[in-house]
Amino acid sequence: MQITDVITTDRLGFRFNSIDIVSDVTFTLKRGEFLGIVGPNGSGKTTLIRLLLGLLKPTDGSVTLFGQSAALFNEWQKIGYLPQKMATFNPHFPATVREVVGMGLLARKTFPRRTSRGDRESIDAALALMDINSIKDKLIGELSGGQQQRTLIAKALVAGPELLILDEPTTALDPEGRERFFATLKNINTGKAVTIIMITHDIGTIGQHASRLLYLDKNLIFYGGFDDFCLSKDMTNYFGEHSQHLICHRHEAGGPGFKGPGIGQ
Amino acid sequence: MDFLDLFSHGFIQRALVAGCFIAVLCSVLGTFLVLRRLSLIGDGLAHVTFGGVAVGLLFGAYPFYMAIPIVMASALGILKLIDKARLYGDAAIGIVSSLGIAGGILIASAAGGFNIDLFSYLFGNILAISRVEVWTSVLLCFCLIVVIALYYHELLAITFDEESAKASGIKTTRINRILVLLTALTVVLAMKVVGIMLVSALLIIPPVTALQFARGFKTTIIISCLTGIVAVMAGVTISFVLDLPAGASIVIVSFGIFLVSFLGARLRIKGISRR
Repeated sequence: MQITDVITTDRLGFRFNSIDIVSDVTFTLKRGEFLGIVGPNGSGKTTLIRLLLGLLKPTDGSVTLFGQSAALFNEWQKIGYLPQKMATFNPHFPATVREVVGMGLLARKTFPRRTSRGDRESIDAALALMDINSIKDKLIGELSGGQQQRTLIAKALVAGPELLILDEPTTALDPEGRERFFATLKNINTGKAVTIIMITHDIGTIGQHASRLLYLDKNLIFYGGFDDFCLSKDMTNYFGEHSQHLICHRHEAGGPGFKGPGIGQ
Repeated sequence: MDFLDLFSHGFIQRALVAGCFIAVLCSVLGTFLVLRRLSLIGDGLAHVTFGGVAVGLLFGAYPFYMAIPIVMASALGILKLIDKARLYGDAAIGIVSSLGIAGGILIASAAGGFNIDLFSYLFGNILAISRVEVWTSVLLCFCLIVVIALYYHELLAITFDEESAKASGIKTTRINRILVLLTALTVVLAMKVVGIMLVSALLIIPPVTALQFARGFKTTIIISCLTGIVAVMAGVTISFVLDLPAGASIVIVSFGIFLVSFLGARLRIKGISRR
């Protein structure tokens, strides 16, 4: 039986020092869907991602990954992860682009994780996909912000994940780079049915690319398809007409037109 | 005396062999520590070594063996403080380091004050290194090379980005423990080479020298090792010929190599930007 539910959360919550960081988040994401997670600063978006990845243990509720409890899940090669760049990596790290991309293969290899010919081919394919073959021998610190971001995206994609989790991936990209980035995402999302979860502050652009929307403000404010979001009077009251129109206009202009279930799914 | 006669002395041979192997240990581990902004863990553990040596001297045991378990336990304590007390690495190292020094001073005071033995550990005496210490450093160096070869990819991934490494299923806690335990053993061995006060120089200066011009992670480790070896060989030789303290000579030579590589790297960058 093929599992189509990639992620299921059930009343997921995380508390730190008795303060709710994320609470009562329930949603299911199916194979091939593209979920945009939006919300104000400090709304718990990155914490939610870290809970999904097992980097934090939930204080309430549960996470199921590919039909398995996140606590028991060990097929990490199925998940590609791109954290918020500036928060995590040292820009002066003495690794070449090729070495950095190769780190993304670790999850699919068993101890002692030797590099095989297949690994080298995967690295070449990821370099080609992100169009960074010409800079493969450069040090990561010598690259522009956009090139660094493309390198980190190649690292997240190199193992051929079934689920790609991206935390604000477009912040360092210029408009042209952003367009190319979304074209690549569309290609792997529709062509290879890779499920995508993306945190972003770019609420307008996400309407153009994602098939589902999750609005978080510690609690789950909205989860569902864009059509439901655009028709929801509750959301008009919550966001105001202007913001709702901005998202919905972009969605109508070029979005995938996914018709999903409504609020609170 | 012919210059080459210098190398016919048994104690010089032992100093060079042990010194070079310890330089390799420090350079390899130092590369990971420097890039993870844990450079001062060597300094902190060296201070704990002072406490361990004082315990050894108090009980009349060989300080080297007494220091090993104490320093290893302290290394794990630093990790626990970072993880459980949610402290930054430098704060956790500072706590354990000052505790080590304070414990050492109290014990030395209780034993009737500082003595010559304790001072020899503070400033190192590589020319008095024993056969057992030579073999221990050789053995530990081989163990380290095996461990690094087995866990190279994990160490690289964790050093680059611990959160991503954890998200790809790497047991980061286990790898961190291995790294600090190896560092603890290395620090205890290195105290004989440069002394407790200067151990961190062997862990920090060769990697930062390599970082000035290395292109790639493996190259950084190799250049770091070569820098450490050259510094130890030149430092031991200079100290013997000019009758200077060996530990300090090694550190000064290391710094000289760093300075040359730093200036070379700056000139290269200027040259590139002018083109």
